[in-house]
Amino acid sequence: MNDGLRNQVGQLARRSVLRTLRQPAQIVPALVFPMFLLAVNAGGLKDATNLPGFPTDSYITFILAVPFIQGALFSVMNSGTDLARDIETGFLNRLALTPLRGAALLSGLLAGSFLLGVVQAVVYLSVGLIAGAELAAGPAGALVILALSVSITVAFGTIGLFAALRFGSGEAVQGLFPVFFVFLFLSAMALPLDLLTTDWFHTIASVNPVTYLLEAFRSLLIEGWNLPDLALGFGIAAAIGALGMLAATSALKTRLVRT
Amino acid sequence: MITVARAVAWRSIHNFLTNPAFLVPSLLFPLFFFVSFAGGLAAIGEVPGFDFPSGYTAFQFVFVLLQSAAFGGVFTGFAMARDFETGFGRRYMLAASRRSGIVAGYSLAALFRSLVTWVVLTAVALIAGMDVGGSGGEIVALYVLALLVNVAATLWAAGVALRVRSIQGGPLMQFPVFLILFLAPVYVPLDLLSGWIHTIASINPVTALLEAGRGFISGDPVLVGAAFAIALALSFLFSIWARGGLRSAEAAG
Repeated sequence: MNDGLRNQVGQLARRSVLRTLRQPAQIVPALVFPMFLLAVNAGGLKDATNLPGFPTDSYITFILAVPFIQGALFSVMNSGTDLARDIETGFLNRLALTPLRGAALLSGLLAGSFLLGVVQAVVYLSVGLIAGAELAAGPAGALVILALSVSITVAFGTIGLFAALRFGSGEAVQGLFPVFFVFLFLSAMALPLDLLTTDWFHTIASVNPVTYLLEAFRSLLIEGWNLPDLALGFGIAAAIGALGMLAATSALKTRLVRT
Repeated sequence: MITVARAVAWRSIHNFLTNPAFLVPSLLFPLFFFVSFAGGLAAIGEVPGFDFPSGYTAFQFVFVLLQSAAFGGVFTGFAMARDFETGFGRRYMLAASRRSGIVAGYSLAALFRSLVTWVVLTAVALIAGMDVGGSGGEIVALYVLALLVNVAATLWAAGVALRVRSIQGGPLMQFPVFLILFLAPVYVPLDLLSGWIHTIASINPVTALLEAGRGFISGDPVLVGAAFAIALALSFLFSIWARGGLRSAEAAG
């Protein structure tokens, strides 16, 4: 990366980070909502550990993987809404008049998602451990959880950027939230894949990438070090990030041509 | 008052039916919850001590039915807030001979919204093989209970919408409803809950509504009097709350 590009990315990243920090309305729900659901699910589904074949006797350890994905879903909204606001207010048009490169714009905008990913991962893991969850992989596992959480948050953030560039409206980006929640709902979110007894649900959850993102977190929390599960989790995050970035770059070109 | 209520209801229902952005989430949200809970958590029905006679699909159907009733009211509160934010609500206030008819109109629209959702939800549940053990009268009682929940939630949301008069009041309408619903025995019966969630669920009024509803669908009614008393009391209390909101909107001009 040359100095010019580094400077451009740095300026936009600084703006993105400051913008995220100055909007508690973006940070607070992303922290509070997943923690509330964690508390409710951990209390309400505790007896699921009595099912034969359940991988742990601590439901909170099992369900702790879910907030990381919920937090990443908030990243779609936050990154997308911020960029949509730039489009709606004409800020993107002003940026288009500068020699700024498209790659710099998109990378810089993801800095806010990166920061949010770090904060979320630290909070979720800390709250989970305080509430009694186990971390079989030990302290090094905590660092891998942090890395995985940030990778997924940034990867999902690229989808938010694509949506903003494609639709150009904050309202449209917000409307995507339920759509992404469906992926979480139709995954092995509350029970392991093997215990999903409804055939069609099992089939959908088996092909849903969110299931494998959850399993990557669970491998560290429940089993210790399971490299194939981890590789699959990081691989899926990388694939989503690459596809999202590709789609966002293409949508940016189209939008700038329209401008 | 009836004329005002009819006019307000007609406009709200027309907006609901002709705008996919309003119609689709109202239908899809309950279905996603139902599919996720009844499909994804079916194995919970095999947990030792879980002895609901009609099975896990029916167990979750009652929760989703009552949840859709409550959220039908909340979504109507959003529409009300939007109308006041854009100034349309003020025109209602000027034109209505009896302003309580405005709230009544929105309540009728909320009921219609929920009825549409219930038809779709019930059809999906029956196609999914839900076992209904209750008699015709008990099933009617279940839907009447849901109707009262819808009225109470609409009046709650109306009270907030009329005070805030902006869609920014949305989380204030939605979050308490979400909170009280999920702090009830959503996934397993009350007896199987333990710890802090059992304590909260034991004093949560929604628990009685859920248990009565589940009793109706399984043909083994429990807590019927308590559930209807709670639903009526909530409707009465929130009607006072909504009336206060109306006064606030009048005072704001």
